[in-house]
Amino acid sequence: MNVLTPARLAGPAASGADGAVGPAGVAPVVTGIGVVAPTGATTEEYWAATRAGVSGLRRIDRFDADRYPVRAAGLVAGFDVKSRVPGRLVPATDRWTQLALGAAQAALDDAGVDPAEQDPFEMSVVTASSSGGNEFGQREIARLWSSGPEYVSAYQSIAWFYAATTGQLGIRHGMKGPCGVVVSEQASGLDAIGQARREMRLGVRIAVTGGTEAPIGPYALTCQIASGLLSGTGSYRPFDTRADGYLPGEGGAILVLEHPDRAPDGGYGVVAGYAAGFDPAPGSGRPPALRRTIEAALADAGLRPDEVDVVFADGAGIAERDRAEARALEAVFGAGGVPVTVPKTTTGRLYAGGASLDVATALLALRDQTIPPTMGVRPDPELHLDLVCAAERPATLRTALVLARGHDGFTSALVLRRTAGRTPGQTPGQTPGRNRKEHDDA
Amino acid sequence: MRELTLDGLRTMMRSCAGVDELVDLDSDIADLSFEDLGYDSLALLEIQSRIQQTCGVKVPDDALEHMLNPAGTIAWVNSLILAAAA
Repeated sequence: MNVLTPARLAGPAASGADGAVGPAGVAPVVTGIGVVAPTGATTEEYWAATRAGVSGLRRIDRFDADRYPVRAAGLVAGFDVKSRVPGRLVPATDRWTQLALGAAQAALDDAGVDPAEQDPFEMSVVTASSSGGNEFGQREIARLWSSGPEYVSAYQSIAWFYAATTGQLGIRHGMKGPCGVVVSEQASGLDAIGQARREMRLGVRIAVTGGTEAPIGPYALTCQIASGLLSGTGSYRPFDTRADGYLPGEGGAILVLEHPDRAPDGGYGVVAGYAAGFDPAPGSGRPPALRRTIEAALADAGLRPDEVDVVFADGAGIAERDRAEARALEAVFGAGGVPVTVPKTTTGRLYAGGASLDVATALLALRDQTIPPTMGVRPDPELHLDLVCAAERPATLRTALVLARGHDGFTSALVLRRTAGRTPGQTPGQTPGRNRKEHDDA
Repeated sequence: MRELTLDGLRTMMRSCAGVDELVDLDSDIADLSFEDLGYDSLALLEIQSRIQQTCGVKVPDDALEHMLNPAGTIAWVNSLILAAAA
């Protein structure tokens, strides 16, 4: 399903002075953010916790996790399903879709976009997915084996599969333009945004994109344990000599992207560059794809490495991958050449939701001119990273690079450029005419 | 076998298909169409299997043709129960 390659997507795309449109086409503006995360069920709650370095990692209490080798995770607390998910959709959806429905509504509200007032065929939904509706599926399989096939919910047919969230969002908000789902492991949160950008270059005016994940049920946890990549000590310490794996978490972020014409105030920032790559086969001796993917994304954004003000690293928490990421960063930016942070140390890795949440975090960092901290890490000096640890670091931020890597080679990079649109605490922009159907004027 | 009542049906609708925010299930819904109440064919399939389990009566595959509104559904299901008991 992942058909995005640097060759197809990266190109010289020097943006105009306003950062809006380069030769390769539209640079979409992010006008709305909706976060549901272990450290906050709303965007501002999450952002305040992230700046303060508050951790949402805790003991799993939804089921008896004592028999599992991994017993800690990032759990979303305070997401009120009743108020944030339409009543008719609750029995028909997995938790992962419910988190996305809540986040998408928050993002649309934040953008001040009323989908009912837009041309349905100019709106798209592209989400990232990883484990699908695993909790729903586990419950129905239990019913199948304990009670019989007639007890299995009819909604099993639509709730479990990867595209369920995109489908429910599209139906809910009447978005009938090109829709899709990207499944590229933990890189898919960036790849979905990249795919939304492509659709916008083909005529879509508003895209709802990003991703969520709800991977903390017994079945989902068992699948992850089999990978051998989760931490045996219940910690997540990327770029630390003590790194022994990561912890999973649930949640993510949904973003609203709009054509620059629709967002003259510039929103939170623009998607200035994007590229995706894939690692060579193990044992081939060729280097991982990360360095050339970063370079392709910077070229796409028309930026030199010294114009990148902060990097939101993937930070796998697995020694070999951390080393490879640090080497790629050193190759592009020089030793300690750019501030690096891994705020997901407070949420765990959210799979399809992780990279989208990093993009949301980076946009909030650009808005508030501060780099949120990496928590619980003593950086390995041999990695030559300027890792922002323990406390936030105020900084002049015009651009941010977000990196995401998935199991087995998925590698993506996305560049954000700040605009003057949002200032802290500002209420959603209500530019006159935003909610008028565009096609009436055409 | 257990007779189907409007309250029994309401409970099933709530638990297996949810309720649209614009609908008050406790109001006089007997003669409103399921469509107007916000239930699609998948929701009705779900309600159909719940009726089967709760009332202990076999509901034939063409059930959806008889399930247009709550009153019609109740009358039809109870006729099936009577026929099965006879």
